Amino acid sequence: MGEESESTNLVKNLLKVVQELGEIEIDNVTLDVEQLELIIQPIVSSMISGARPPQLSAKQAQIQQLLEAKYATPLEQYPGRVVEVQLGATRSEGGSRGSVVKIGGERTMPFYSFEAENPNRPAFAMDIFDMPLSLAKMVKMHYEDVMTDPAAWAKRCVEFGADVVSLNLISTDPLLNDTSPQTAAKTVEQVLQAVDVPIIIGGSGNKQKDPIVLEAAASAAAGERILLNSANTDNDHKRIVEAANKYGHSVVAFTPMDVNNAKKLNKTLLSEGLPKDHIVIDPTTAALGYGIDYTISIMERIKLAGLLGDEDLQMPVLAPASNAWGAREAWMKNEDIGPRELRGPLWETITLLTAMLAGGDIFMISHPATTRVAKGLVQDLLGKTAKGGVVEDWVTALG
Amino acid sequence: MSEKLGLLSIYKLLPQTNCGQCGEANCMAFASRLLERSKLPEDCPPLVKQPKYKKNYEKLAAMIAPPIREVKIGSGERTVKIGGEEVLYRHQLSYHNQTAIAIDVSDNMTAEEIRSRCAATEKFSMIKMGQQMRLDMIAVRAASGEPERFASTVKLVNEVCSLPLMLCSTDPASLKAALEVQGVSEKRPLLYAATKDNWKEVGELAQRYICPVVVSSPNNLDGLVSLASTLESMGLKDIVLDPGTLVEGSLLKETINNLVMLRRSGLLKEKALGYPLLCIPAVVWATAEKADPVVTAYRESYIASLLVNRYADIIVMHSLDIWAVLPVVTLRQAVYTDPRKPVSVESGVREIGTVDESSPVLVTTNFALTYYTVVNDIEASGVNCYLIVADSEGLAVEVGVAGGQFNATKINDALGVSNLAGKMNHKRMVIPGRAARLKGDIEDTTGWEAMIGPQDSSEIGGFIKKHWDAPK
Repeated sequence: MGEESESTNLVKNLLKVVQELGEIEIDNVTLDVEQLELIIQPIVSSMISGARPPQLSAKQAQIQQLLEAKYATPLEQYPGRVVEVQLGATRSEGGSRGSVVKIGGERTMPFYSFEAENPNRPAFAMDIFDMPLSLAKMVKMHYEDVMTDPAAWAKRCVEFGADVVSLNLISTDPLLNDTSPQTAAKTVEQVLQAVDVPIIIGGSGNKQKDPIVLEAAASAAAGERILLNSANTDNDHKRIVEAANKYGHSVVAFTPMDVNNAKKLNKTLLSEGLPKDHIVIDPTTAALGYGIDYTISIMERIKLAGLLGDEDLQMPVLAPASNAWGAREAWMKNEDIGPRELRGPLWETITLLTAMLAGGDIFMISHPATTRVAKGLVQDLLGKTAKGGVVEDWVTALG
Repeated sequence: MSEKLGLLSIYKLLPQTNCGQCGEANCMAFASRLLERSKLPEDCPPLVKQPKYKKNYEKLAAMIAPPIREVKIGSGERTVKIGGEEVLYRHQLSYHNQTAIAIDVSDNMTAEEIRSRCAATEKFSMIKMGQQMRLDMIAVRAASGEPERFASTVKLVNEVCSLPLMLCSTDPASLKAALEVQGVSEKRPLLYAATKDNWKEVGELAQRYICPVVVSSPNNLDGLVSLASTLESMGLKDIVLDPGTLVEGSLLKETINNLVMLRRSGLLKEKALGYPLLCIPAVVWATAEKADPVVTAYRESYIASLLVNRYADIIVMHSLDIWAVLPVVTLRQAVYTDPRKPVSVESGVREIGTVDESSPVLVTTNFALTYYTVVNDIEASGVNCYLIVADSEGLAVEVGVAGGQFNATKINDALGVSNLAGKMNHKRMVIPGRAARLKGDIEDTTGWEAMIGPQDSSEIGGFIKKHWDAPK
């Protein structure tokens, strides 16, 4: 009898181990194997057979009620803050804009509203050009009739909901039309007259000519607080900084995919006398599927560094989401991956929202659907819309 | 793994015999592999096999266990692993197990529809960056409310499809009926879900059938911790948290906040919160009665992307439209790419296909994404050629041209090392269309003629056919 009860105890212990670890440990068992099998079989097999009566241990049997618990929100405090940059100036501020746009000013990471409210919503700029150019078909169809008239093109973007118009003076490229800075400046004036939202002025990417073109644009837009795009390590950024300071504008600091270079360029621009709240960082936005992972990490690093107190990285971030159109999934005709009419704007939308969650403050957009979705999404994410319906049970509600 | 975890504290628990059975040179090297998570304690044979190391092994396993538990769903080749995360931001280390994507079927669907959705999900496969992008699971919904009907649907799905299952019903009787279908419980399906009303029964099912289980408490985090703690104290370990996917209006703000808070709490090792997170972008279909299905699929796609960006470890999607799924799987691949791995491939000259002295010579950068895309396109087009891979410091063509890292000298360097000029009967190369402005510089520096190629490498096949007639 004594032996039997010892064996039964052993089996009970084994069962406990089975339940706790999900596997049997037999390291220190010296029991005869056949004997063990004999004893263990009826109980174990009843556990794994079809009947399976619940075998609750004493511990489990105690739990008859939900344990009470309180969720404690984990809050962080950041010593630093992103500066606020204002785009555009109203009449009383020396410009002629009907509205201004403020970006930056973050106290926490994007949409972490459980921790702090960031003061400004992300802003959406739409791209226009000073000459017709080859664009993805789905983008072009919305602008075909205005591509020879930047002023009309700008108006179209405002109708689409753009907060800001981003005029790219690509025709100034010596390899394209080699348009003179004076002529380019006229285009800037036309656009400023056509719309009353703030504007961004970009060059052609030509290192030698861009500073001269941006200087002429800065002069033509004196007092309008435009954003000059861009100063980078390869062009005469000093000249751009001087023009910005002279006429009261801000400057985009562009670096290709490198946090340290972004910091270095900001340091340089600051040392050249550009005020901190007149700088916007463009750390490069790669398209979804074409390096967007680098963009995510670079933007998160910049934003975190700024919040943690790095003075040279406390500027708002510009993200040209329209780079998404470089991805073949966005423009290429290929029925195997569905209609490009849907893929294109969706690719741009997801590129944008990914950069926005990583820290982007102002975006460039090509397709009107992207602007519409992004503006609605931001209102929801900031809690500015009414609460919608709650799906009580999606398992049955989907039919 | 906490960031404070040091190499030495790991090393102290290893045998320190430098036996090399793990494939590393010594125990210190193995310790560093453990630290970066490229190896597991189980990869050290003595540690696992010899009883004298048992204590150390257990200590080590606990020490390096990630704060977010890794949960396995399913069995066999397509087993899904979720969680196992250690950091809030990917640059702090890397994210590990990519978001699992489940596609839903319902017991109200016809058998034909179920078969076709299962087949489409299981067969989905796209190659990008040399990796296969796939869909991972089937979520079977008990929409009918009839346990037998649900069970027969689960039976059908399990017969036609090898993917892991998520059994969705808040009715314990339905879950039980499904779990009793032959061969289902052995595959460790994910049970959805234990709620404040059914936790006891569902918890017991998870216990009895040894399955991972979701605790669901929509937009009520107190309730979620309460459920998770209760199931923990029942002895359950494989738990997944569903804080609710509320997407209408400003509820979206709360959903996103909840996900960030939960992941942060989990990483801080808060009680009952170190578990993977589940989200259901498919809910957009529940409120979309009158909306256009295309608009709804579009919305589901970007809501899913939002959730992948904000720590969802498993998502349930309804749309199977390729245009809606493709951006989500592409984003997922990007988010979960290991930022510690080099972004570039080796520079130099590659041979693609069978080459001879009159083969075309093409040029690209050493940025991994560009390189793999170009090589895939060349191979798909059947072009045999040499490919000069210039060291652009891991940048794409356009960025490299703008920043000066992709330039004539780098192309010349790659040429020089390979002695390609000596092998060829021509001196012509095709440069990327996006590097057109480098043409003159390249010709002056290399002495080769530079033809301006297409803007996109998908057009290489057509371009070569049309423009390349090598000297005979």
